Amino acid sequence: MREVAVIGTGMTKFGELWDSPLRDLYAEAVADCLKDAGVKRDQIQSAWIGCMTSGLFNGQEHLASILTDYAGLSGIAATRVESACASGGAAFRAGWLEVASGASDFVLAGGVEKMNDGADATYCLSTAADQEYEVYHGVTFPGLYAMIAKAHMHKHGTTREDLAAVAVKNHKHGARNPRAQFPTEITMDTVLNAVTVSTPLGLFDCSPVSDGAATVLLAPVEVAEDLGRPYVTVKGSGHATDSIALHDRSDLASIPVVKKAAEKAYAMAGVGPKDIDVVEVHDCFTIAELVCLEELGFFEPGQAAAATKAGTTALGGDLPVNTSGGLKSKGHPVGATGIAQIIEIVEQLTGRAEGRQVEGAKIGLAQNMGGSGGSSTVHILEVS
Amino acid sequence: MLSPRYHREIPQRYRLEAGKCTGCGKIHFPPRSVCKECGGRAFEMEKLPSKGKVLTCTTVEIPPAEFDDQKPYVNAIVELENGVRLTCMVAEAPPDEVDVGTEVELVFRRLRCGREWEVLQYGYKAVVV
Repeated sequence: MREVAVIGTGMTKFGELWDSPLRDLYAEAVADCLKDAGVKRDQIQSAWIGCMTSGLFNGQEHLASILTDYAGLSGIAATRVESACASGGAAFRAGWLEVASGASDFVLAGGVEKMNDGADATYCLSTAADQEYEVYHGVTFPGLYAMIAKAHMHKHGTTREDLAAVAVKNHKHGARNPRAQFPTEITMDTVLNAVTVSTPLGLFDCSPVSDGAATVLLAPVEVAEDLGRPYVTVKGSGHATDSIALHDRSDLASIPVVKKAAEKAYAMAGVGPKDIDVVEVHDCFTIAELVCLEELGFFEPGQAAAATKAGTTALGGDLPVNTSGGLKSKGHPVGATGIAQIIEIVEQLTGRAEGRQVEGAKIGLAQNMGGSGGSSTVHILEVS
Repeated sequence: MLSPRYHREIPQRYRLEAGKCTGCGKIHFPPRSVCKECGGRAFEMEKLPSKGKVLTCTTVEIPPAEFDDQKPYVNAIVELENGVRLTCMVAEAPPDEVDVGTEVELVFRRLRCGREWEVLQYGYKAVVV
């Protein structure tokens, strides 16, 4: 397989973008990406687009055609990719495979979601859980992660304050990200005193309902070299699936699909957790960041909370996690999230993360996750 | 919830009918057409035991619209006496009486009314024993 480079990035601001329709969000991200890469639109051969449920949020399917048309790319090969909240990560992997295989040289890997369009977001998102055996019984996504949190607390002694510390840290990072939906610092009291969504999780333990799009441009490393611009290479790609019903998994305090995807990515890249300088994880809920860090091998099970409270995962710590603000502060337009994570890692590795730069970062990891852990992707990027 | 989708699930929801793989003995709830353990495709019906204990739980304060009339309610993952796990509501108990390890029994209840053109929706809930 050919070595693949990320040669351009583009994304919208994340937030409640009431004036922007779905199609314009994607078009804006593509235009920014092509400008960043210095590549003309007629060079683009293919696009992979992650989106969870435009049918429910916006009443629009046949997405890849309409989005590439409005992005000025009509005629190219374009495919929508769905893996719930891991749709963006899955689209990135598909784009990477297309370039690595030699089938195409210039491929867009993007994602989009417009969640603020009048639909019941709780219902739309719940379709990523088992409709007949979870959702039928009143289960919500905050509820599923709340049950993981409860199991984690019971097994490892994790506390309510441990969860809150993740939100405080990510908002502190997000306050330095101009594209974040909520670029504001918050206090522990804000998290602990917020309205309860599903015990033990409150409003500030949950990522928001967001609109946004993000895309990157992939090309073979030789092409990236010819362009003479900064780029990063894809060193490892891991993708795994599991049951989407939480009750079908043996350890409810873990999310095994993350470990499975990570093992594949580490093996391919020839690196381990100790080699990683900066990380984006799928903190759809505060508990998810702790469990994902444990599954990725950065901490032993039950130890991520202590590391978070010690500042290890904050900017300036040994392993900065979610320097973008994470899903919590940056926002979580579901299909765009996996690509936005990649973009944060690319910006960190190329020294463009102004105001939140991790100095000297060479290798970064982005972990994207679907549902309560029914799918996950892990990508490892390196700057040469 | 449209009636064709609802109709198919009645044996599981009303009578707790599971599928036991005749090859390896694995019990699947709901029944599957291919055994997750051994790939077998022959099953016999096995009724689930009604008693079990709570493995984890949460009190849902902000539910989807169709459950709004029942809030707050407890959702739990229950492990039944034969090891099968399922997700359900725990009914008729204050939320602080339900915790990891609480012993429960599955009972037949109405789960939600649905919108006016939908069927009434029934199934199992747990109650504390």
